[in-house]
Amino acid sequence: MADKKATRAAYGETLVELANEGVPVVAVEADLSGSTTTKKLGDACPDRLFNTGIAEQDMVGVAAGLALTGHVAFTGSFAVFGTGRVYDQIRNTVCYANLDVKIAPTHAGVSVGPDGGSHQMVEDIALMRVLPNMRVLVPADYAAAKAAIRLAAETPGPVYVRMGRASVPCVYGEDASFELGRAHVLREGSDATVVACGVEIDEALRAAEALAAEGVSVEVIDAFSIKPLDSDTILASVRKTGCVVTAEEHSVIGGLGGAVAELLAEQLPAPLERVGMRDVFGTSGEFEELMAHFKLDAAAIVEAVKKVRERKAVC
Amino acid sequence: MDLEALKQKANDIRIDIVKMVAEAGSGHPGGSLSSADILAALYFGGVLEHDPENPQDPARDRFVLSKGHAAPVLYAALAEAGYFPADELLTLRKLGSRLQGHPDCRKLPGVEVSTGSLGQGLSIAAGMACGLKRQESASTVFALLGDGECQEGQVWEAAMFAAHRGLDNLVAIVDHNHLQIDGSIEDVCSPESLTAKFEAFGWTVLACEGNEMEAVLSALSEAKALRSGAPKVVVADTTKGKGVSFMEGQAGWHGKAPSAEQASQALEELGA
Repeated sequence: MADKKATRAAYGETLVELANEGVPVVAVEADLSGSTTTKKLGDACPDRLFNTGIAEQDMVGVAAGLALTGHVAFTGSFAVFGTGRVYDQIRNTVCYANLDVKIAPTHAGVSVGPDGGSHQMVEDIALMRVLPNMRVLVPADYAAAKAAIRLAAETPGPVYVRMGRASVPCVYGEDASFELGRAHVLREGSDATVVACGVEIDEALRAAEALAAEGVSVEVIDAFSIKPLDSDTILASVRKTGCVVTAEEHSVIGGLGGAVAELLAEQLPAPLERVGMRDVFGTSGEFEELMAHFKLDAAAIVEAVKKVRERKAVC
Repeated sequence: MDLEALKQKANDIRIDIVKMVAEAGSGHPGGSLSSADILAALYFGGVLEHDPENPQDPARDRFVLSKGHAAPVLYAALAEAGYFPADELLTLRKLGSRLQGHPDCRKLPGVEVSTGSLGQGLSIAAGMACGLKRQESASTVFALLGDGECQEGQVWEAAMFAAHRGLDNLVAIVDHNHLQIDGSIEDVCSPESLTAKFEAFGWTVLACEGNEMEAVLSALSEAKALRSGAPKVVVADTTKGKGVSFMEGQAGWHGKAPSAEQASQALEELGA
């Protein structure tokens, strides 16, 4: 079994690396620096971490001010507070002025487990994706998260990086390269395309393995960059397979599933099934239990692939 | 600029405000007129270090118009200072204009940051103050807030943060005109006592008559000079709609343009 590590573990240490490389990086945190790991930046460079206390609105505003004085400012907190609670600050202060603020909260999705539905943010990709000037990255593992933080720092303007709490299997090697707007084909196949992101990558790969045993050949794509979306890679795959399943630890509305549905409807209509939260809030439970409970796991992807292939057959 | 010239500059700004809002047919004259003396003192009284020829000069002081709906007063001050041609003022709020209904820093030189959603400017200014301190800059950051705006919780998050960080390169100014859209601030949801609140949050508080040029100039200069480890706030007592008799003290003129007839009366009162 591959090594496991949380995507959030990449956050603070990558910020320290960037600081050491001379990037004018700073982090603004709202009392969660230990959980998000931005504390590592504060420990290494005390003048680069600004803690506003439990005041997320101020966190985003202070980051904007730091960006306006030539810094590359990252915000922290949990995804539920770091996006939804401060949506207007992100919209009107950060995105409207196209500031160099990187919204990079952790504990997104159901990975916060026992904390329950109040803390399980499953609408953040949708919220961030509709904002002009905002780019959206969803790293699948530790290496992808390191790359996402670096890409965010290198890319002028607002970037959203979605990280989780749970340890997830390492899919990529340390030398994997990532770009804005570039997806990764992790497994080639000819019968169906699965486009996934974040923790769903591991589920998708396991689903593909299970389906292979049944003689079904599945192509697995890590979307990674939800906005801009790698339309070319996804469309090329769908031209080959003729049907698509999306998988995300997020609402089926407005996130990766929404983005792929928009792409297909406009450019290449094809049967689509979306695996994700079905317009519901989360609930307390262990991460693995919740993945099964909300039908976000490999078994759910297997079922969705079977269903979408049946629909393709009657098209 | 001497005191009389500064008073005249404030009056010129008021004339610009009336003309541009009347031409636009919409906008916010009340809170623009109340803060005209503050903007005149900042931009022409030697308080704000700035260079219209070099709006991005790293050594400049920063001014954040947190009460972004008072865009006309900022545009008038910037045009009078030479950041852009004064005839552009009459394009306010029109399609294709750089003078958006609320300030857009991506369009107009001299606008430090886009504002309009209330309650956010003090956080932004505090972030700027942190950034400038990190860079060992001597610059000062000013932020102008409305008194009604102080009902926004984020203002107090920022007030707590700025005091905690000892941001003595930060000066908040409250345009205390006592009115908001729905009526008097005391009736709607009183943020008083503003001075006691800022004091309790650890700020150095100065108060002044906000429509008396000498008092405004003296308070802003004193606030800027004071560097004692605490952020500073100037609570400027003003009259909404100041300078136009029928607008003064009337909440109804918060966000309404004068008719052509009303505009000419206003301009006559201002000696235009």
